[in-house]
Amino acid sequence: MDQIFVNLKQQLLAWLIHLGASDLVVQIASVLINIAGVLGVFLTMFALLSVLERKILGRIQNRYGPNRVGPFGLFQPVADGIKMLIKEDIVPARADKLVHFAAPILIAAAAIMTLGVIPYGRNMTAFVIDGGILFFFAVGSTTELGVFMAGWGSNNKFSMLGAMRAIAQMVSYELPLIITTLPVVMVVGSLMPDAIVDAQSGYTFGVIPHWFVTKPWGAAAFLLFFISGLVESNRTPFDVPEGESEIVAGHMTEYSGFKYAIFFMAEYFGMFAVSGLAVTLFLGGWHAPIGLLEFVPSYIWFFAKLGALIFVFIWVRGTLPRTRVDQMMNFAWKFMLPMAFTCIIAAAVWFYAGHGIRGWLASLAVVAAVYLLLSQMLDTKKKFAKRTYRFAE
Amino acid sequence: MIGFAFIAISLFTLGAGLAAALMPKLIHAALSLVLAFGGLAAFYFLLGAEFVGLVQVFVYVGAVAVLVVFTILLTRRDVKAEARFNWSGVVVALAVLGALVWAILRTPELAVAAPDPKILTVKQIGAVLMTDYVWPLQCVGLVLTAALIGALVLVTEKES
Repeated sequence: MDQIFVNLKQQLLAWLIHLGASDLVVQIASVLINIAGVLGVFLTMFALLSVLERKILGRIQNRYGPNRVGPFGLFQPVADGIKMLIKEDIVPARADKLVHFAAPILIAAAAIMTLGVIPYGRNMTAFVIDGGILFFFAVGSTTELGVFMAGWGSNNKFSMLGAMRAIAQMVSYELPLIITTLPVVMVVGSLMPDAIVDAQSGYTFGVIPHWFVTKPWGAAAFLLFFISGLVESNRTPFDVPEGESEIVAGHMTEYSGFKYAIFFMAEYFGMFAVSGLAVTLFLGGWHAPIGLLEFVPSYIWFFAKLGALIFVFIWVRGTLPRTRVDQMMNFAWKFMLPMAFTCIIAAAVWFYAGHGIRGWLASLAVVAAVYLLLSQMLDTKKKFAKRTYRFAE
Repeated sequence: MIGFAFIAISLFTLGAGLAAALMPKLIHAALSLVLAFGGLAAFYFLLGAEFVGLVQVFVYVGAVAVLVVFTILLTRRDVKAEARFNWSGVVVALAVLGALVWAILRTPELAVAAPDPKILTVKQIGAVLMTDYVWPLQCVGLVLTAALIGALVLVTEKES
């Protein structure tokens, strides 16, 4: 069961060789099968998630959410897709046509490519590369350029402002995002996602998994990584670039129809990618949470963890209001960055104090000390009057 | 196959470079330059220098490109600057071309085969950076920190 997809692909390739295809054709076919697999799975997940997110948000806000199209509103994505496809594609007359056209393509391509290096199960990495983690961030960093092109190409003040906000927050939070992956890379000694997943195999007493999130430095790094991931995918509470009460829809203001849908898709793909990387780095990738459950196929575990993280994304969106730009920047540079560096030191302490309970406690002490010190230093000492409610109680 | 890829990437990179030089709008030129950076990264991948290729994408396409477009955005009021033909540019270009041709012609034939190209892993590069080249690395770090602090000093508003 575990290797069913891998075996399927092998058989398909064997059949091609049997037909007398040359090595080159087989290689290209192998790559195409991988790409088709990743795209197929994630496009389906995107469609499902777009309706699920509205359902969950509806539940949080005490309403039904979409429930008209199909059973439980499950066919809503089909209706949405048709609507987006037949909408008029409006390009502003003074827009820079070429840049305006290329921006969504670049953003979507970057989001899709980052999905390639994540191991979805045992032997199930679409694009195996020695520096996979580096590839993820290198390709991910081109998104900023795409956002700039969208803002500049639209020739609209709201678009440009939104793009500048987006780039500012992406550049700021890329730093903690990358630095929090460093402790994992240091401890494992490899930039290869598969090696990182391998390093997290095994269980203590058969119940406590050796995931990095169970170590103090790993837990701290995971939280920081998750917050940075929220920012990188422009999700609430950090959706400042598209704050509709201030700047319409940010860099997407002048996009309509299918181009807008592509932006929407790229945002979800970015969310999948960053959650997938978080699962790979900290949550043990495709390993089961306890030893007894190893018989369940690995990809089911991966997608269960991915689904859980995505649910938290939606939960946060339903719960928190939007932050202010300056609050967000202060948070990045004054709190996230020092804490990210602390994670590296804590990981080093854990590594050299032996991987046992002593290292665990020492590592916890480092993280806690820096956290307490930072929270003391960043305390503004402002006293707020007790909030009184006039209409709600 | 390698030869075909080499020619395709070369044409792509040269085309992007030419576009960067010839595009009338500055922002188009900058974006073409980014394409040329990408082509260069493809070359590194073709040569098996995976790490260098990734860093090329990371630094040039991710960071330098954003720096360039923001510089254009923040300094020009009219982005539609007219493209003037500049004779001094031709002189400089010819001088560079001449120097390169002269250097190539003077080079004796490369009879010596290149020493067997070892595929360097990221791990090896990291080990070398942390042992043999640790001082240059630290110096670069110091320079970058100084630049960061300098930028902060420049933009901090003086409290009156």
